[in-house]
Amino acid sequence: MTAPITTAGVPPAGAVFPKKSYLNDGTTIRSWLLTHDHKRIALLYLVAVLIALFLGGVFAMVIRLELLTPGPTIVEALTYNRMFTLHGLIMIFMFMIPAIPAVFGNFFLPIMLGAKDVAFPKWNLTSWYVYIAGSTLMLWGLITGGADTGWTFYTPYSTTTTTNITPVMLGVFIIGFSSILTGLNFIVTIHTLRAPGVTWFRMPLFVWAVYATSIIQVLATPVLGLTTLLVAAEHTFGFGFFDPARGGDPILFQHLFWFYSHPAVYIMVLPAMGVISEVICAVARKNIFGYKMIAMSSLGIAFVGFFAWGHHLFTSGQSAFDAGAFAAISMLVGVFTAIKVFNWVGTLYKGAIAFTAPFAYICGFLFFLVFGGMTGVALATVSLDVHWQDTYFVVAHFHFIMVGAVIMGFLAALHYWFPKMFGRKYPENWGLLAAGLIVLGFNATFIPQFLLGNAGMPRRYYEYPERFAALNVASTAGASLLAFGFIIIAIYLAISLKYGEVAGRNPWGSRGYEWDVPSPPPTENFDAVPVFTRGPHEYQDVPEELAKVGHAI
Amino acid sequence: MNEIMRRLLFLPEQASTFAHDVDNLHYFVITVTMVSSLAVGLTAIAFFWKYRRRHENQATPFVAPTALFEVLAISVPLFFFLVWFAIGFRDFVKLSSPPPEAMDVYVQGKQWMWKFAYPEGPNSIGVLHVPANRPVRLLITSRDVIHSVFIPAFRVKMDALPGRYTEIWFTATKPGRYQILCTEYCGAQHSKMWGEVVVMAPEAFDEWIKEQQRGLVSRQDVLADETGQVTPQGSLAQWGLQVAVRQGCLRCHNVDTKEPATGPSWVDLYQQQIKLTDGREIVADEAYLTESMMEPTVKVVAGYQELMPNYQGKLSGAEAAAIVEFIKSLRSDRTVQAVGGEE
Amino acid sequence: MQSSAARKMTPEGWLEPPPLPHHYDTIENHQAALRFGMWLFLGTEVLLFAGIFLGYFVFRHYFPESFEQAARHLSVVLGTANTLLLLTSSLTVALAHHNAEHGKNRNAFWLLMASVSMGAGFLGIKAVEYTEKFHEGALPGKFFSFSEITAPGGPVFYVVYFFSTGLHALHVVVGMSLLTWVAIRCWRKEFSPTYYAPVENAGLYWHLVDLVWIFLYPLLYLV
Repeated sequence: MTAPITTAGVPPAGAVFPKKSYLNDGTTIRSWLLTHDHKRIALLYLVAVLIALFLGGVFAMVIRLELLTPGPTIVEALTYNRMFTLHGLIMIFMFMIPAIPAVFGNFFLPIMLGAKDVAFPKWNLTSWYVYIAGSTLMLWGLITGGADTGWTFYTPYSTTTTTNITPVMLGVFIIGFSSILTGLNFIVTIHTLRAPGVTWFRMPLFVWAVYATSIIQVLATPVLGLTTLLVAAEHTFGFGFFDPARGGDPILFQHLFWFYSHPAVYIMVLPAMGVISEVICAVARKNIFGYKMIAMSSLGIAFVGFFAWGHHLFTSGQSAFDAGAFAAISMLVGVFTAIKVFNWVGTLYKGAIAFTAPFAYICGFLFFLVFGGMTGVALATVSLDVHWQDTYFVVAHFHFIMVGAVIMGFLAALHYWFPKMFGRKYPENWGLLAAGLIVLGFNATFIPQFLLGNAGMPRRYYEYPERFAALNVASTAGASLLAFGFIIIAIYLAISLKYGEVAGRNPWGSRGYEWDVPSPPPTENFDAVPVFTRGPHEYQDVPEELAKVGHAI
Repeated sequence: MNEIMRRLLFLPEQASTFAHDVDNLHYFVITVTMVSSLAVGLTAIAFFWKYRRRHENQATPFVAPTALFEVLAISVPLFFFLVWFAIGFRDFVKLSSPPPEAMDVYVQGKQWMWKFAYPEGPNSIGVLHVPANRPVRLLITSRDVIHSVFIPAFRVKMDALPGRYTEIWFTATKPGRYQILCTEYCGAQHSKMWGEVVVMAPEAFDEWIKEQQRGLVSRQDVLADETGQVTPQGSLAQWGLQVAVRQGCLRCHNVDTKEPATGPSWVDLYQQQIKLTDGREIVADEAYLTESMMEPTVKVVAGYQELMPNYQGKLSGAEAAAIVEFIKSLRSDRTVQAVGGEE
Repeated sequence: MQSSAARKMTPEGWLEPPPLPHHYDTIENHQAALRFGMWLFLGTEVLLFAGIFLGYFVFRHYFPESFEQAARHLSVVLGTANTLLLLTSSLTVALAHHNAEHGKNRNAFWLLMASVSMGAGFLGIKAVEYTEKFHEGALPGKFFSFSEITAPGGPVFYVVYFFSTGLHALHVVVGMSLLTWVAIRCWRKEFSPTYYAPVENAGLYWHLVDLVWIFLYPLLYLV
């Protein structure tokens, strides 16, 4: 590398904000909206997903408020059903799927590979517009037509509902296109644009995670696309593909839907795992424990994830043999995840851990992932699932993974890379406070939901029997805490954008490749094609093998 | 111990034989889950305390996992998961294989209520009476969208699918009243699609059902069928006979002798081993009989032609169930007259 | 390509390749990236159609009778003609690719135009078949009113038929536009031994369109 890095890179005192960076290379709206720069596209995505997060969060609060009392509370049944559909669709398709790959993946993947941009910058911008178009169509459909099917669109309910779901289905189809384009772009980038020195096993683990994610995006999304088209056609023209009254098969829909939507949860969680692998090394200032195991388990999850979808159909009249096979395969996902968890904890061993907001999110992430993941294995245990299927236990389980793990990963990434993206630091004390609130609020929201599921409260319930009331109140209280934490983050990050302390090139003392470029990076990322002479997760003083071949670090 | 865990986990009371099996596995799984999440969390915190950053330029040694660590990281979780899987799968197989002596009840979900029909009558909406300590099999279908029968106290659940039958069984252990909930989202009143199981002592149940069949109770829930007709009083099999006559089934199927006509005779057909045109051998159970009405050409009995029309859409779920029940009542030792004469 | 006007003609008779995007170090690497991206994209297309094929097999298993009856009502002559058209057009695309790779832009142009017209022919025949189905009432779902299919499941067959061939026809239209676009670039003599990835990629797409039909044809018309 050009600039020598000390092992413990302390930010040089009095760092100055670079005069030229990607942020001020063109200041017109046009220069942002027509940019081909992956970093600017990442920020476009960031704005979009934050809006989605806000909307989804508001609908979540409406749901929680409605469930405060057993009877009708603030909205009507139909409105409530539309709310949880809105919440699910926005959070999954507009926030969670693009959140980490399209924002942080876009921003850091090329830098981490030593490239100046992704393989197809124009397609990258196109995919953002496609995402915006799909989201707009979906939201328009949801607001005017008001789909009330839940995000799973189970037929024949979805094909016979009187609400107008066609624009929603088409919106999902279009967003899927954007997801495919992003995934395809990343795969090609990783294959063709690695700088000298970045061999496969020297790629940062975040890149491995995004690679595994992209494979799922490219392979699974077309099937969802086809399914949404079929449902839209069926709803509009009365095709009867999934309607038993016309000879169709509603279970076929469930198979097609979950063939995408089960791997889709790994589209969401794998990048978060990648983020944790990066951040944990930087905060512990320590080499990653078991690099290959973490990298390969990402691919393992991506692969096995394709064959586990049937565990969503245990109570749909599936044969015991099929159920057993899908259950056994689902267990393997748990094993791969466990490997990662052990290696992350191992990374902390003998490290030099800094107590910062990203570390707080890592702790939260580890707890949520282990608890959420193990309850996932519990759900895959067939006989237990018979009781839990479609109850709040399932809701709590996937929120532990989706909100617990994914949002922790997203917030860890946002805090860890904030100085790199914007060149300024956020206030650490406020960061820790908000992290504490969010982890606490999250537990308070969803642990009662596990118990609700045990008690037998089905999901998507507008009203519920009196005996579930206490736990619902607890859950709603927790949700308010969670919302409060998010508001604090929004405020201090917005202030830090302009008034934060100047970060300098490497405020964390991280050895990740992305910290070798200025903060914020220049448009071209690197002056010349960089040559990498060390791995991205190496913190030891003088790695023996490097010392032998005479590299000076 | 069981009681403490159950209350701690907010589980409903255990009112079926499955409940104990399921809950024991539940305790095992959830304990391991809690212990391991706490272990991971506490280890992270302990490491944080022990290895907190003491000065800004602190360096760290290179640490890599040993082969033993890698093996353990894979095998320990795998071991636990496989044990759970084995127990869970064993219980699931039990759950999906009803004993042959089980009493049948037909369940039909519709937006937004549950209908229950006993082979020998009566029918009811919303309330299912079952005897304690006897296996009961629910044959479940739906007449509109997908629903799901969920009885938390029994730890059983099964989707109600339009156009086909699914089954689940249980043996209730404690007389009492237990809630039935719909767990597959089915529209505006999904959250109000409740029913009730009334578990009665076996003798009380026998008494109850006799009373119902005698029609002594004026409150008997006579179902207004979806076609607007009123389900006749009396047994489901009798109604099945009427439906079969109306639909012209008896033009091609004999019900008084075992002689084949255009189609196979219905006498002794139920539970018979039959050979299909494609060479497969199957048992004529409820699922097969229903399928034969809805999609007759899929599994044709060897020696017959594919002449039977499709009754999908012509027969309601309840009517199909009634015909199946009628067929079940046709045994060589109990001819059709007997069914008619029970009145 | 807007930049083609500014580019110089080389002595061999083709335009210089467009400037290399700034983030690639060699033109080979850029071409490899384009090719690899296309293959991945074709993978997604295969999976898109895989869902329909799955539906076909599921419903054929449910309703073997009506699927056979319905297949007998499709015109094997028209189907075969269409198959031959697409196969031939794939051949001409392959030849165009070969010519473009050797800088013979004019040959490539005419070959591509031949493929495009065969694609149009394919759509024409498809339109004839569709019209016939509309008149017979052999239509999907609730529009089904075809008296000659007596076995249950007729409406479902026509859902599969119209959905799969419709989606395929859409791909034919997209493929024709792509071929026309590269044909225009051939006319401008843009391709050379160092730069021909667009022809290759458009060709790959067309081969995929062909391939999907090769599966649809026997399943719908022959089996």
